[in-house]
Amino acid sequence: MRSVRALASVLLVGAIGTATTSCSLAGGDDEGDRERAAADEVVLVTHESFTLPDEVLAAFEEESGYRLEVRSAGDAGALTNRLVLTKDDPVGDVAFGIDNTFASRALDEGVVADTDVERPAGAGAYDLEGEGGDDLVPVDTGNVCVNVDDTWFRREGVEPPRSLEDLTEPAYRDLLVVPGATTSSPGLAFLLATVAEYGDEWPGYWERLVANGAKLVDGWSDAYQVDFTQGGGKGDRPVVVSYDSSPAFTVDGEGGTTTSALLDTCFRQVEYAGVLEGAANPEGGEELLEFLLTPEVQAALPDSMYVFPVRDDVDLPADWARFAQQPDAPYAVDPAEIAENRDTWLREWTDVTTR
Amino acid sequence: MRRVLALLGLALGPVLVLGVFFVLPVAGMVARGFWPGGGFDPGGVLEVLTRPRTGRVVWFTVWSSAVATVVSVLLGLPAAYALHRLDLPLRRVVRAALLVPFVLPTVVVGVAFRQLLGEAGPLGGLGLDGTPVAIVAGLAFFNVAVVVRSVGAAWESLDPRPAEAAAALGASPAQVLRTVTLPALRPAVVSAASVVFLFCATSFGVVLTLGGLRYSSVETEIYLLTTNLLDLPAAAALSVVQLVAITALLALAARLRTVPDPTVARRTARPRAVRRSDWPQVAATLVLLLLVAAPIGTLVLGSLRVDDAWSLGNYRALQSTGDGALLVPVTEALVTSLRTAVDATWMSLLLGLVVAVVVTRRSRTPAERRVRSVLDGFFMLPLGVSAVTLGFGFLITLDRPPLDLRDSGLLVPVAQALVALPLVVRTIVPVLAGVDDRQRQAAASLGAGPLRTLATVDLPVVWRPLLAAAGFAFAASLGEFGATSFLARDDRATVPVVIFRLIGSPGAMNYGMALAASVVLAATTAVVMLAVERLRVPSLGVL
Repeated sequence: MRSVRALASVLLVGAIGTATTSCSLAGGDDEGDRERAAADEVVLVTHESFTLPDEVLAAFEEESGYRLEVRSAGDAGALTNRLVLTKDDPVGDVAFGIDNTFASRALDEGVVADTDVERPAGAGAYDLEGEGGDDLVPVDTGNVCVNVDDTWFRREGVEPPRSLEDLTEPAYRDLLVVPGATTSSPGLAFLLATVAEYGDEWPGYWERLVANGAKLVDGWSDAYQVDFTQGGGKGDRPVVVSYDSSPAFTVDGEGGTTTSALLDTCFRQVEYAGVLEGAANPEGGEELLEFLLTPEVQAALPDSMYVFPVRDDVDLPADWARFAQQPDAPYAVDPAEIAENRDTWLREWTDVTTR
Repeated sequence: MRRVLALLGLALGPVLVLGVFFVLPVAGMVARGFWPGGGFDPGGVLEVLTRPRTGRVVWFTVWSSAVATVVSVLLGLPAAYALHRLDLPLRRVVRAALLVPFVLPTVVVGVAFRQLLGEAGPLGGLGLDGTPVAIVAGLAFFNVAVVVRSVGAAWESLDPRPAEAAAALGASPAQVLRTVTLPALRPAVVSAASVVFLFCATSFGVVLTLGGLRYSSVETEIYLLTTNLLDLPAAAALSVVQLVAITALLALAARLRTVPDPTVARRTARPRAVRRSDWPQVAATLVLLLLVAAPIGTLVLGSLRVDDAWSLGNYRALQSTGDGALLVPVTEALVTSLRTAVDATWMSLLLGLVVAVVVTRRSRTPAERRVRSVLDGFFMLPLGVSAVTLGFGFLITLDRPPLDLRDSGLLVPVAQALVALPLVVRTIVPVLAGVDDRQRQAAASLGAGPLRTLATVDLPVVWRPLLAAAGFAFAASLGEFGATSFLARDDRATVPVVIFRLIGSPGAMNYGMALAASVVLAATTAVVMLAVERLRVPSLGVL
């Protein structure tokens, strides 16, 4: 009798499970959709920060007649390596989000197909040099800069730092938090800024930075949201490595912003898109590339992905126009040099910072 | 011989699933490391093993996981007793609550822990931020539920009479525990500890966020080598080290958990009233509850603040896509998460049950026993492999017919089911193994067929652990991030994936939403767990 009751309850659980399952499996997958010919859809492979407003994506489908499918995972590095690993059988038609720190690897590995996409006003300035460089189309740009909490410095009566060198001054001891170069893309960009400034002497700079109490954390969200005084969690470090657009997100509601980016500490990141070699739908891919450069996508970039458009003829959102200043002469390192030295630099950086 | 064949036949399904969705992808990635550029070149792999850094990374992984496992077991055992054997008020709620950390995405827990331990946090004075102590605390926080639940389930179905007999013969409570209870519980404890150790050793987010980059585990190192440096020989070397170490560990655990006298009587102790002598266990449970509640409390408080004032704004915003940070609203992601978790749960229960039945049947020959124990270990392996290896492996191996599964919606639930499978197997096996085979033989000789035997002998013992396992599988699936972030399609993002995106986007709104979404995920888990707990109420009096 007991076992009958027990059996009944197990069956009940099983039945509930199966009932919910059947609706989940049936309702959950549109396998039928995937039967359609590859020529009807364009698959965009990108990183996890990719978003665009629904109506913009719908506009592409409407105008081109293709169905757009977005597949995203990982950051720019993971994206590039995913493309390299799957180059014999690409996971999509178009890749977006390969940045200037990883572009050479993608080009050297022959991941990107030849394309001929006309650059709108201003975009050409971001083109990659070297053979095949124009197959990667610049889409957006942003700068990784040191950000300071102005309210904190005003309250403490301390003059905020201005340059990379300032950050090693005793006055700024224990104030800086940096996302790791090995674990985050702004961290890598900041490392490259120091490489551009100090050349071969950069390990010495990092030694002084660490000796001056710089705190290293794993990613941007940890640095900004936990340790930075103006981040979500109200930490206690008023200097952080973030983006030039970050001040547009700390507006105080009284016509000002509480933080500013130090424009002499910036490294420029440019994100590129390209048609993948061996894509099932290269024509559709090229159409998507052109679409990414249209004014409507370019104007949507700041609010969706916190980056600046490469076109210089679209309007920025109001807060951006006021508070997100771009540096005139950011640091730059030749992509080919980055490709050649990235691994060595990262190992050396790990040695210096975790000693 | 026919028995061995029948055994293999039954095991064929789970073996095939694991072969396609685990062995093939992992082998694919490891092969890329051993054959860089097409030619076999093991030199690169061997060179990695001689790097001093590799040694440091392996050593840190081993000791931090070992300490975290010991801490989890020490904290978990008293709570398992108090919550499963004593008639404490609200014990179901507490049991459900203790499982909550298990599903929280590590990135959020990392943030919560750092707000607690960081320089500006309430416990900042302890100076624990970025130390191994913080890492161990984080690992124990995640895994203590495994000990409480699986040992608790075993404790509950433990026949109380031997212990009562010992006490009646004059043994002190400590003697009873040492000589009667603990030996009987050993299989469950060893099972739980080995699962916890595997979870700790392969934990990714905790080490990265709480270690402040100063500490690397094998898992974080593989991630770095694969996604950033594309150093596949090195990643392959570490993956092989990981697999070998875990196989060795599983073999050791298998020896340790063999039961001295496999006779579990089918009698479940009714929870009894709390006595004065139970106070230490009850106090320990309260301490554990406080430890678990502290980081979660930080999350809840944070989620209720908007612009330095109390507000539910973050929760209302969950219907939106944030400041444009998301492709789907959090509410929709929650539906996706629940659906995926239901699929993953039945898959892992089905596979797990078959595996458990196969490995616990009595062996007649040494060869048969060996086959069974190899199978047993085989299904634990998914725990011991880096999610990034598996994720990339899926991409490069499951790309052509008949296995063209890269874009299949089934990939996510299958991957999650594989993650949950070891939990299911380890929860059910100790109990099934404890069933005296003579009971089955008796049933068979009375004319019961195999199914009938299963229903009358095994099911009554196993259905409680089965429910516990279902809870685990569901929770593990809800919280899974590593493999899911690789495989989930954007329009089908799960809650942990969405939280990860929100917390990585600027703007106070996105941050608040990430906290609110974490609280919702935690609450959902607690509710599901409570439902599972309630399911067993009606038959409690009869059993």
